[in-house]
Amino acid sequence: MASAGCMPAILLCRRPEASFSAALRERFRVLDFLASGEPLPTFLAAAAAAPEPPRAAVVTGGCSVRVDAWFLDAAPSIRCVVSTGAGVDHIDLAECARRGVAVGNSGDVYSTDVADYAVGLLLDVLRQLSAAGRYVRRGSWPVQGDYPLGSKLGGKRVGIIGLGNIGSRVAKRLEAFGCVIQYNSRKPKDSVPYKYFPNVHDLAVESDMLIVACALNKETRHIVNKNVLEALGKSGVIVNIGRGSNIDEEELVLALKEGKIAGAGLDVFEHEPKVPAELFSMDNVVLSRHIAVFTKESRSDLHAHTIGNLEAFFSGQPLLSPVQADSVVQ
Amino acid sequence: MRPPPPPSDERPLVLLAQPLFPDFAAALASRFRFALAADADAADAAEGRVLLVGLKPVTDEHLAGLPALELVAGISVGVDHVDLAACRRRGLSVTNAGAAFAVDSADYAVGLLIAVLRQVAAADAYVRGGRWPADGDYPLTTKVSGKRVGIVGLGNIGSRVARRLAAFGCAVSYHSRSPKPSSPYTFVPTLLDLAVGSDVLVLSCALTDETKHMANREVMEALGKDGVLINVGRGGLVDEPELVSCLRDGALGGAGLDVYANEPAVPPELFGMDNVVLSDHRAVITPESMRGVLEVITANLDAFFSGRPLVSPVQL
Repeated sequence: MASAGCMPAILLCRRPEASFSAALRERFRVLDFLASGEPLPTFLAAAAAAPEPPRAAVVTGGCSVRVDAWFLDAAPSIRCVVSTGAGVDHIDLAECARRGVAVGNSGDVYSTDVADYAVGLLLDVLRQLSAAGRYVRRGSWPVQGDYPLGSKLGGKRVGIIGLGNIGSRVAKRLEAFGCVIQYNSRKPKDSVPYKYFPNVHDLAVESDMLIVACALNKETRHIVNKNVLEALGKSGVIVNIGRGSNIDEEELVLALKEGKIAGAGLDVFEHEPKVPAELFSMDNVVLSRHIAVFTKESRSDLHAHTIGNLEAFFSGQPLLSPVQADSVVQ
Repeated sequence: MRPPPPPSDERPLVLLAQPLFPDFAAALASRFRFALAADADAADAAEGRVLLVGLKPVTDEHLAGLPALELVAGISVGVDHVDLAACRRRGLSVTNAGAAFAVDSADYAVGLLIAVLRQVAAADAYVRGGRWPADGDYPLTTKVSGKRVGIVGLGNIGSRVARRLAAFGCAVSYHSRSPKPSSPYTFVPTLLDLAVGSDVLVLSCALTDETKHMANREVMEALGKDGVLINVGRGGLVDEPELVSCLRDGALGGAGLDVYANEPAVPPELFGMDNVVLSDHRAVITPESMRGVLEVITANLDAFFSGRPLVSPVQL
């Protein structure tokens, strides 16, 4: 650990919790954008003009800072950007690569929690757990009414879009429920026993449920579109723990309204925090506010991992979880 | 009113303790002739060898008026609502739903577990209530994978719960009347020890005199303030007033319940708790389970009437 006098400076562009903030300050001189209260250009200009300008930045998706050409021009001392999430759609990877700026993300820290949550969403939609809870809590149970049938999970075909760290963990869990696993990703993975589909439409035709577990980039924007939803069909269920824009949200809402698919579990949306209000009255939909990663355990793992990435950079080592410009990060 | 039976009705007679669910009646009526035991004419009551029971209690009185009775066939897995001692005394066989519901029950137990630990329903209610744009950070929940899970009753349901949770990297132990040498999971000789060493306790055993209220205050306190209780067995396995009290006091961390002591009554104190997932005994209400139990019932009745061994006899 460096002593106070020669701790390297870092830009912090996200709101940290107290424990993370303290851990960072033990090791680095932290230039905190949100705490500064200044507009970003002013803040970056001041950082750049300092005697020892920061060489690394900690950012997060969903925060107002995009790491693009403008940002890198305004902070030319930055040689490493570490994101505290898995997604890096807020970082211009090509631009960083052109300038030789290393990019790191949260690696595998969140993968298990997201996979667990995806299975939880799927079970909830199929077996109407949240709906049952609402039914009981409003006192509907003693009243005899229609008993809406849930749907068995075992034997069903699960189509996973993106078989990376998260998708492969979802696969392993659902196999134990007796599901048949198949997938689409950019390239087939020879090491897995699951059936590969070169395009998502064909995957949807042959699947009873789709799990969206891929990164968001040019190729995957609206990868689930109207055709894919129709192919999934009226007893099909979709779960999204990727990015909202992986699915054409307007078409999804329409498909749900018209009964073209049977249900959806959604942790992410195209325009967070806005959620289409039509979904609020649907019992075949389970919603959450982008929390698939939020457990106590992965939060503390994330802090350790982020510090690990920074320390690797400052000691001239490769990042723990580097992101390549042409990779699809999951 | 049923039309009169065809002149030579070959269908074996099956007495009913209560009217059948319409779906069941439709599926079985071509194979068996049904008569409600309470309304049966003298001939049927005297000749009826099988009583198909539903979910309402079946007492010695129900059995008493049926001198030819040999088999009590159930449509559920649990037969705690049947006076088994009376059946034993009368030399009757009893069958249940066997493994028909095991998969859906196991899936549901895991669903409840994830729902409690990750607060899925609370998260959903948060969004539906329009709170996302307004309110601040959402509280952290706790990781499912890797939790220590204690399963009570490693039968058809419990063993499937174990297999599913093992895929989540959970450490699975179990307590049952006796160890199962072929099982890869760790046997724990007492329920209390299981609770002490577990983050989550899953109740998937039958309700009997021995198991009634097995999940009592001591067990729940041993499970602890971060511990979670999942019940897909019978409400009677849990001391329900103590459950409410432990949850209210924070002595127990959370619960996922599909069954209750006095269904359909659910303790209203639980309604406001985000760490409690409530469900209306629907773990097996899927078309697949319904088809499955019909197959088991048909198989048991066929076996009985042709003198073959019963498919899912209950040990009395």
